[in-house]
Amino acid sequence: MNLTAFRHRTPSALVIPLCIVTLVGSSFVCSDRTVVASSSSAVPANADDKTIVHVLNRLGFGAVPGDIERVRRIGLEKYIEQQLRPETIPDQDMTARLATLDTLTLNSRELAEDYFMPAQMAQRRAKQQAASQPTESATGKREARTPEQAQMMQAQRQVFTDLAQQKILRAVYSDRQLNEVLVDFWFNHFNVFAGKGLTRNYLTEYERDGIRPHVLGKFRDLLEATATSPAMLFYLDNWQSAAAEGATTAAPNTRTRVNPSNPRRPFGRPGQIGRPPRQRTVADLPQNAQTRKPRGLNENYARELMELHTLGVDGGYTQKDVQEVARAFTGWTIANPRQGGGFVFDPRMHDDGEKIVLGHRIKAGGGERDGKDVLDILASHPATARFIATKLVRRFVADEPPQSLVDRAAERFRDTKGDIREVVRTIVTSREFFAPEAYRAKIKTPFEFVASAARATEADSINAMPLVQTMRELGMAPYQCQPPTGYADRAEAWVNTGALLNRMNFAVALTEGRLRGGRASPPPREQSIEAARDQIVDQVLARDLSSSTRETVAKASRPSQAVALLLGSPEFQRR
Amino acid sequence: MISRRIFLKNGGLALVSLGFAPAFLARTSAAANARGRVLITIFQRGAVDGLNMIVPFGERAYYAARPSLAIAAPGRSQDAAADLDGFFGLHPRLAPLKPLFDARQMAVVHACGSPDGTRSHFDAQDYMETATPGVKSTQDGWLNRYLHAREHQAATPFRAVALAPQLPRALQGLEPALAIGQISQFGIRGAGAGDMVQSSFESQYAAAADSVLNSTGREAFDAVRMLKNANLGQYTPANGAEYPRSAFGEALRQIAQLVKADVGLEVAFAESGNWDHHVNEGAAVGLLATRLDDLARGITALVRDLGDRMQDVIILTMSEFGRAVAENGNRGTDHGHGNAMMIIGGPVRGGKVYGRWPGLAPEQRYEGRDLAVTTDFRSVFSEVVRGHLGLTDTRPVFPGFTAPTSLGFL
Repeated sequence: MNLTAFRHRTPSALVIPLCIVTLVGSSFVCSDRTVVASSSSAVPANADDKTIVHVLNRLGFGAVPGDIERVRRIGLEKYIEQQLRPETIPDQDMTARLATLDTLTLNSRELAEDYFMPAQMAQRRAKQQAASQPTESATGKREARTPEQAQMMQAQRQVFTDLAQQKILRAVYSDRQLNEVLVDFWFNHFNVFAGKGLTRNYLTEYERDGIRPHVLGKFRDLLEATATSPAMLFYLDNWQSAAAEGATTAAPNTRTRVNPSNPRRPFGRPGQIGRPPRQRTVADLPQNAQTRKPRGLNENYARELMELHTLGVDGGYTQKDVQEVARAFTGWTIANPRQGGGFVFDPRMHDDGEKIVLGHRIKAGGGERDGKDVLDILASHPATARFIATKLVRRFVADEPPQSLVDRAAERFRDTKGDIREVVRTIVTSREFFAPEAYRAKIKTPFEFVASAARATEADSINAMPLVQTMRELGMAPYQCQPPTGYADRAEAWVNTGALLNRMNFAVALTEGRLRGGRASPPPREQSIEAARDQIVDQVLARDLSSSTRETVAKASRPSQAVALLLGSPEFQRR
Repeated sequence: MISRRIFLKNGGLALVSLGFAPAFLARTSAAANARGRVLITIFQRGAVDGLNMIVPFGERAYYAARPSLAIAAPGRSQDAAADLDGFFGLHPRLAPLKPLFDARQMAVVHACGSPDGTRSHFDAQDYMETATPGVKSTQDGWLNRYLHAREHQAATPFRAVALAPQLPRALQGLEPALAIGQISQFGIRGAGAGDMVQSSFESQYAAAADSVLNSTGREAFDAVRMLKNANLGQYTPANGAEYPRSAFGEALRQIAQLVKADVGLEVAFAESGNWDHHVNEGAAVGLLATRLDDLARGITALVRDLGDRMQDVIILTMSEFGRAVAENGNRGTDHGHGNAMMIIGGPVRGGKVYGRWPGLAPEQRYEGRDLAVTTDFRSVFSEVVRGHLGLTDTRPVFPGFTAPTSLGFL
């Protein structure tokens, strides 16, 4: 294997000089790695349309007419490599499409100050007014709102609708398709629920700064980003978990500044977005820490961290481990949550005694470090490698993940110390991924279905809100999965009578431009029935249809009807 | 038959106190024979705090463990528990159910739960819905296995219905079962050429080689046709019943609608979510109280709406596990073990809290922290399947499980 071949595999400019050094020092190591990588790749050299559509369905949200040809021109192997390196894909159009959703770039403090707090004040005032002028009618309360108050409350909702819309718009239009698949995957893995109190105020930041930068990075970084995110701290209650009475806290009587050596930003990259944060002091700590004695442990985060984020439910932890992990994370809290404050470690809430987690001793006096030690233990645990590998293989390959592939993906996870890009590469270039059994083996989730339908119909611009509404009707409202498991990634969760009829109804409504909440896309260009039909049959479904579907579509009397019958067909429900 | 007589004897009183017109009582016996039995299951997802739902106010340890969360014993305050039997009481927001208990149409099984000790919501829900605790490989749910064991020709597409956007695990399996979000939305809504579109989809799915989509598609279109013929139209609940305006209330309202439409409903499923109160659970008021209010108002509306049909109906509540005896550091409760189930309906031998009470003193608890389980939840399920739905051999429904002696609530 020569250097040119290697260069082709690693386009990053930084890696190549490093590799040259390695080659000079020990050519065996580098070339050996290359051989291993190439021999384990099962990406077909001359892929047919079905295979390309398979890749587009798994690494992304389905084919847009024209995609098959585009991928063929690039070459399937290279296309996959590009998708694994989203930073190499320009994707400029996306910025313009998101430009009108102006809350997306704000930090949590700004969102709190400009949106949530004013809305709360307005709501309070409207309530007071309603109380002072009692009205008979049930609508009285509503009428008591001044236009300004109504506007404040509307503005607050905008934060959420902006976020939901960007999720759909990115899935439909981004060229970094795999990146968007993984943002959805990891958000769902580290699920938080918009409906739980202040979680909603932190969602924008959580996805943008906590999840998005790490989806192809190191699992350990992703884990810490979620562990220190106010969204997660609030959602799983850890922000209120404190040393039990009688335990030694890290700072029993001091009123020192919090962690002066590490004044954490509220979770963003400094200087990039929003205003600079103030230096955080004890005055910023949660009120209960100042006015009330910390009261005791809350196990919620500790348990889900092990069961759902890392080890998996069979990962071998005990109730005792749950309690020890909860102790380690005491004091990981939020500074002034109502004002959109960020993560802060409060030594007065922290149980500073010794902990034993999964057999590892965490010495007394570790303070904030205790939680990080736990994250180290969990991220490097073999059960975590297995659990994450299983979930990824389930997402990319089949509901019942082939064991051979899970084993290799888990091994890659361990060998690379949790490098997600490498684990995903192992999966999407494997022979199991390209095996006939994997083809159309997955039922699309409502998100995948809605996004793929919008892509298939190739609308130049869509109004995403009706699609958000559709996802809700199909049982997958974005950011509104209440339990920490996230939404299921298995067919039985999504195939049922009501949901199936709703999918067919969506197909009809989408193509006829009468979705609830508005037209999703402009009326289709003048097109013959045949042209409309062939575009989807050839370009999206790779001409792989049952005779029954072909016959029914042939009887369509309008282009929109032909398209509806294709989008609602059994074939389009799978990916 | 004893239970039926008790219903007739005591039911009138309770119904009067709920605001029913007692005139229907004369019709009950005849009506009961003409129609099939119905089981309505309600899953309280998230693990309801059973100790604050059905309050053991006779336990000193209960008050010791819950300084900020305990519900006062009856008579101790305005917001005290509603006395059931001198030891247990209903959370004050469940007080609307007390007339049903007093009329012996409601029973409770306490300290009930799984032989498996998991404190994972998701495993515990699966175990409860498959009714095979500790066995993860079970694919089908216990309600579906019941349907299978009692397969019959007269079964309609509406034999088993979940009023939910997703089909719960309990109803998954070989037998058809519907998931319906909104009855009024169930069908293909096409402009003009709707029928053509519907029949096209129908033939696509009927011919699909894909077995999952094929069978689900068939079930859907069968149900759509039946619903069309049933011509349900606008629904007004009977007897002035007022359902809470929540997803749960809406689901129960539609279950009543289906029961009354005589479309062959035998097993119904409704979800009630948001019971996972790790923080600020509240006692007589607060988060738990709000959820219990929704639950009680939904159930009382359903009972009132169904009127004399309750003679053939059992409502069964369940939740994956209970919560720790002691409150946690945030005036909430963490995951625990034993819990309480409620069984409501005409056939119930109610007015009693069933099950052996293990006590709440620290040494009596499961793993030193939780209410111990003295009744396997499958004992309750199998008694319902046998006593109410009439399946004599329940072994295929509950593989590997033999109920000890029946609890006697049926």
